[in-house]
Amino acid sequence: MAQVSLKNIRKVYPNGAEALTPSSFDIGDGEFVVLVGPSGCGKSTLLRMVAGLEEITEGELTINGRVMNDVDPADRDIAMVFQNYALYPHMSVRKNIAYGLKNRKTPKDVIERKVAEAAAMLNLNEYLDRKPSQLSGGQRQRVAMGRAIVRDPALFLFDEPLSNLDAKLRNQMRIEIKALQRRLGVTSIYVTHDQVEAMTMADRIIVMNAGRIEQIGTPAEIYHRPASTFVASFMGAPPMNLISARLDGGRVMINGDTVLAAAEGSGAVTLGIRPEDVVLGAEGSISFHVDIIEELGAHRLLHGRLADQEFTIHVGKDVEAAPGETRIALKSDAITLFHPETGKAL
Amino acid sequence: MTEANAGVIDHAASHTPPRKRRIRWGAIGDHAVLIVGSLFMMLPLLMVLQMTTVPDVEVIKTGPSLTIGHQLPENFDKAMFQASGFSGQNTGLNMLKNSFILGIGFALGKILIGMMAAYAIVYFRMRFATLAFWVIFTTLLLPLEVRILPSYEVVQKLGMLNTYQGLIIPLIASATATFFFRQFFRSVPEELVEAARIDGAGPVKFFIDILVPLSRTMIAAMFIIMFVYGWNQYLWPTMITTEEDMFTLVRGIKQITQVLEGNRIPEYGRANLLAIIAIIPPVMVVIFFQSWFVKGLTESDK
Repeated sequence: MAQVSLKNIRKVYPNGAEALTPSSFDIGDGEFVVLVGPSGCGKSTLLRMVAGLEEITEGELTINGRVMNDVDPADRDIAMVFQNYALYPHMSVRKNIAYGLKNRKTPKDVIERKVAEAAAMLNLNEYLDRKPSQLSGGQRQRVAMGRAIVRDPALFLFDEPLSNLDAKLRNQMRIEIKALQRRLGVTSIYVTHDQVEAMTMADRIIVMNAGRIEQIGTPAEIYHRPASTFVASFMGAPPMNLISARLDGGRVMINGDTVLAAAEGSGAVTLGIRPEDVVLGAEGSISFHVDIIEELGAHRLLHGRLADQEFTIHVGKDVEAAPGETRIALKSDAITLFHPETGKAL
Repeated sequence: MTEANAGVIDHAASHTPPRKRRIRWGAIGDHAVLIVGSLFMMLPLLMVLQMTTVPDVEVIKTGPSLTIGHQLPENFDKAMFQASGFSGQNTGLNMLKNSFILGIGFALGKILIGMMAAYAIVYFRMRFATLAFWVIFTTLLLPLEVRILPSYEVVQKLGMLNTYQGLIIPLIASATATFFFRQFFRSVPEELVEAARIDGAGPVKFFIDILVPLSRTMIAAMFIIMFVYGWNQYLWPTMITTEEDMFTLVRGIKQITQVLEGNRIPEYGRANLLAIIAIIPPVMVVIFFQSWFVKGLTESDK
């Protein structure tokens, strides 16, 4: 277990590209932190710097109070699970799991015991003598996990470990990884571009964009109180609706309709609201034109236009809906306002 | 493919009442061409084999014939166990041994040097690594024949004439092997290196524990090519070995047929048998390693 602390960590590649602007955060003991963002946002770079596979240009990384900037990856007391598993193809599962211990000159009987424990934990007992090529994707992923847990590391690092699996297996492994992390209580950093994984697994989410940290918070905070339009549109499926509105005399107006009575300031503003925080009904104050209805079984998505801007509403399966004009109301406590230019939450 | 398809169609057709099997002239033509071709390739070998069974005089008198004589055991004895020169050292057996040492040493040396060079070029952040690689690569344009005099001089000054190391070492720097291993190493996923680093494997450990086992099919492929190449070396052994006990087979055969001067009849039977013996090991290596060879050059089990 470990506390990890990053102070103004920055990464500049030799060609001058800045992959990560100075970023700081702390991770507490046993916490599961998910780094999420689109490709190229610097999340993998950040993880690889923590792992020691990438040099830290500036800033200070400490694990359990010890500065790790120039410590070899093998000596950082970390274990990493890679996207393509990175199993040694010529070694049996047993040897794959034991390799790290063997290199640390662990006594043979200890290695055997630990491999057996890990295999039991991951249901790999009957596969110990197989080669990775004889295993399915999910099993390979488990072997990679086994390789990480036998070492009893202070910190787990996951680099998009589920993106090579099919959707069903991904859901299952997601739960398994989370349960395993809970059971072992090891501090973990998990990188993904999948916001569902981030929402479901994380104790805390760090949303990144273009080499910058956009927001750090619990899944609920991130979802309900996004700090920027980027977070609002990245997290959640379908994403938060973002509508340009006007702030006038303490009221937020869309097309002359008041949607929020009490707000400070004036001028243009971007209004954000989750699709499920919209109420459909004749008494609604805003007119909405439904173009397409997506039937999803448990609920429906109504895609259409509100004040000539794209807008999506999420309704339960028992709500009647038909294409055409209708009226809606926004739940006022679910509205988030953003600055129209910087995109920051007001 | 067409053959396979034809088979499928025939099979399907066999459900219908008995029908005269169609003769596939195309297949017969294909096989005829292949049979004629392989006979054509084997004929010289068969002629050589025939000559080892008849007395040398007959070869001179009648030339190639179809008769099979009784000289084979005798020629075999001469070829393998009797020396032809002055020192009594260059028996066939001894030359066979020398050839094996040259072939295996040559192949292993080339593989070792090539792998290590490729490892350095691919995995270590060196300045001018690419330049170094291309410099190595251009040595393909400078085969032994081009630099044979300076090479000879160096070997001579090092006192390595008539030694195995003199035979092998100057030949083992290899652009071909370096190139193949470089291409192979570049196809090994980066994550494997990183996983090994986190697992606490240093550069040497990674090379021995991960890279060498991963390359085994590639090593086998290289071994075949290089063994045959080393085995068939002629010019370099001819220059470096002047003592008969260091002769290799390929070089020694020449020595035997060289005695045409005077009134002696060249020992055709013996020389031809040695030639056949000289062919066997490379053929065996190719036969036994060929499945590895194909794997090494095509498979990507990473």
